[in-house]
Amino acid sequence: MAPPASSRRPRRPAPELLFGDLWPYDPAPETADPRIRPEYDLFIGGRFVPAADGTRFTSINPATERPLTELARGGPADVDAACRAAAAAFPRWSRLPGAERGKYLFRLARLLQDRAREFAVAETMDNGKPIRETRDFDVPSAAAHFFYHAGWADKLAYLAPGRTVAPLGVVGQVIPWNFPLLMLAWKIAPALAAGNCVVLKPASNTPLTAVKLAELLQEAELPPGVVNIVTGPGATGAHLLAHPLVRKVAFTGSTEVGKVILRSVAGAGKRLTMELGGKAANIVFADAPLDQAVEGIVNGIFFNQGQVCCAGSRLLVQESVAERVVAQLRRRLRVLRVGDPLDKNTDLGAIVSREQRDVIRGYLRAGVAEGAELWQAPFRAPARGFYVPPAVFTGVTQSHRIAREEIFGPVLSVLTFRTVEEAVEKANNTPYGLSAGVWTDKGSLILRLATELRAGVVWANTFNKFDPASPFGGYKESGFGREGGRHGLLDYCAVT
Amino acid sequence: MRASSAPPALRRWFAAVGPVDRVGVEERVAKFTTRSIKKAAKVQGLKLAVSMVDLTTLEGKDTPGKVASLCRKALRPHDDAAVPAAAAVCIYPSLVRAARRALGPRSPVRLASVATAFPSGQTALATRLAEVRRAVADGADEIDMVINRGAFLAGELTRVRDEIAAVVATCGPAALKVILEVGELETYDHIRAASCLALGELRPGDFIKTSTGKTATNATLANTQVMLEAIRDHYLETGVAIGMKPAGGIRTAKQALHFLVAVKETLGDAWLTPARYRFGASALLNDLVRQLEKERTGAYPAPYAFSEAAESY
Repeated sequence: MAPPASSRRPRRPAPELLFGDLWPYDPAPETADPRIRPEYDLFIGGRFVPAADGTRFTSINPATERPLTELARGGPADVDAACRAAAAAFPRWSRLPGAERGKYLFRLARLLQDRAREFAVAETMDNGKPIRETRDFDVPSAAAHFFYHAGWADKLAYLAPGRTVAPLGVVGQVIPWNFPLLMLAWKIAPALAAGNCVVLKPASNTPLTAVKLAELLQEAELPPGVVNIVTGPGATGAHLLAHPLVRKVAFTGSTEVGKVILRSVAGAGKRLTMELGGKAANIVFADAPLDQAVEGIVNGIFFNQGQVCCAGSRLLVQESVAERVVAQLRRRLRVLRVGDPLDKNTDLGAIVSREQRDVIRGYLRAGVAEGAELWQAPFRAPARGFYVPPAVFTGVTQSHRIAREEIFGPVLSVLTFRTVEEAVEKANNTPYGLSAGVWTDKGSLILRLATELRAGVVWANTFNKFDPASPFGGYKESGFGREGGRHGLLDYCAVT
Repeated sequence: MRASSAPPALRRWFAAVGPVDRVGVEERVAKFTTRSIKKAAKVQGLKLAVSMVDLTTLEGKDTPGKVASLCRKALRPHDDAAVPAAAAVCIYPSLVRAARRALGPRSPVRLASVATAFPSGQTALATRLAEVRRAVADGADEIDMVINRGAFLAGELTRVRDEIAAVVATCGPAALKVILEVGELETYDHIRAASCLALGELRPGDFIKTSTGKTATNATLANTQVMLEAIRDHYLETGVAIGMKPAGGIRTAKQALHFLVAVKETLGDAWLTPARYRFGASALLNDLVRQLEKERTGAYPAPYAFSEAAESY
């Protein structure tokens, strides 16, 4: 901001703002009962059954490192039983009038809303993400996906005008740990609306809300076998996706695992949707509304502790405002609250697991070793739990590992650019292409970048915005197929 | 008026101070309202808010008696001595003498007077300055002026700036609060531009203020946030700390706490003081006291348990 012409005040070095504890917030823990049972079984054919070999595994709360519950460890035999149950349910389910299928989805959406607080607390305890996000984002968005697809169930005739759509059969779905309930809704809701039956394997770190949702499926009196949930390790997911009864594979997770899955199902004639990794560029031009851009940068990379496939993990900032944006960003990060995920005032919770925390720490070391400058917000770590305070790397170049590889943690790499061409070139210089952000006051520049950026989603003057009606998916190694909207639904249909 | 259709001088100034994105700023302030302020933090916040209230009456039917009563209320908002005094009373110039008599010469509660043809500012500069001079002479500690919105929207920025400078000079020892009247500026771009314009003319201890309370849109978290960010940028650039006063529309204790959260997370601890932050309000004071009573006793007292409990304030 240039001072007005008439101001002739002598310049003094301005002291920094002081974000201390003159007025500290008291702890404000969310106290709703998550209603977690000590043991959960597999949900196959509408009933809860133990694993065929009787084994179990433990899910822990990453904020306390204490066990939450024991879950059945599903294996190949269980996957087979689940796929058979789904195949048995398919003829009747797929021939139900669309309006009838829609009723079940509406019922599920409402049940989820009724028990939103309970699911939010359970999700927070299982995943470590703050209650503010599960309460205001995960659970309402999951319900919104069921509502949206419930509306489609009796309107499939209008999905592809002039052509006929039909369900595919049994769908095998494997979901990640970063948005356990929401990813489940993204997968199950369109599959059911289109008339498919589902076998879903939640991530082994975060299976709790999936098995809790199985209880809702029972309560909604969904016909047995239409949705089956098999908890277990990654190998169980591989069995599921390779199972001969599975006609469609929907996977969300890392690019590395996605490639393994693609190899394993090659030539089997399965339909595939892959939503994989990302290394999104968030591009800030000098004419952008800077305070809102800083807010968007924070929302882009520190939402869900940065464990988001479309996270804006690379900040590309025009050099004339780079210094100011980074200073503003650090100031903003000083008031970001890291800590107990169940506290309603927490902005950043725990990392999902010890392994993931160690991966992130590894990248922090790699960034420093490669010569980038690391800044981390001041943070007093609790005695237990997997925490990483927000980290910002400056002086990053395109060849740094922290600028190329998906970290999946609260780590931002700051790069600068001078011209629009350079920004586009740097943004596209990645194997990934899931999302991107553009910050400028100039509408024509937004339109130009929306076409030049090779990314499935380009957000303009905002970041990390989702809607059930808006298709989501990637370019290049970020995967293929779309989720949400007409496009997402079409991926669960045979169009003739 | 959109920035692109603004007069050239205004357009250049917009470019200098930078734009504000409406959606972004409204999303940011929505997060302040999700902060959960409980127990000791709530009591501390409520007391802090009480100490920041500019207890206001700005009506044609105000009387010396009513102003005297308001002064007593500001000095002692509640029977409970743990409740601090309000920051100031804020009244029309013709009642400054009465208020000074009621408060006494060295009152902990400051005496603020609106001036400069409040609320429209539609008189000659000389008339406005004379009004300021008179209010200060009658004993006002603080002057709340309005900017020349017509000149601002017409792009006559130098005129707006010079008029503020003239009032600053006329105020002498009195602190100045510059009312932007955000409801008439319409866009956040304008609010930011006007804030930056005023900030350049002010002295440490002066304030910028959202509104007169006489238009449809008064203080909101979002327009206050835009002004807080302008204050922050000015402070970081020049080292001059200017205060903030949202006014009008803040009626409940819960709202006041959200406004304080915004201060805590935007400007930091140094602004959590009546020297740098005020609420222009009337009904707010009793709601703050009411919530403090609830925290103390566990029950809400009846509205008539509080003095000056009149909706006309």
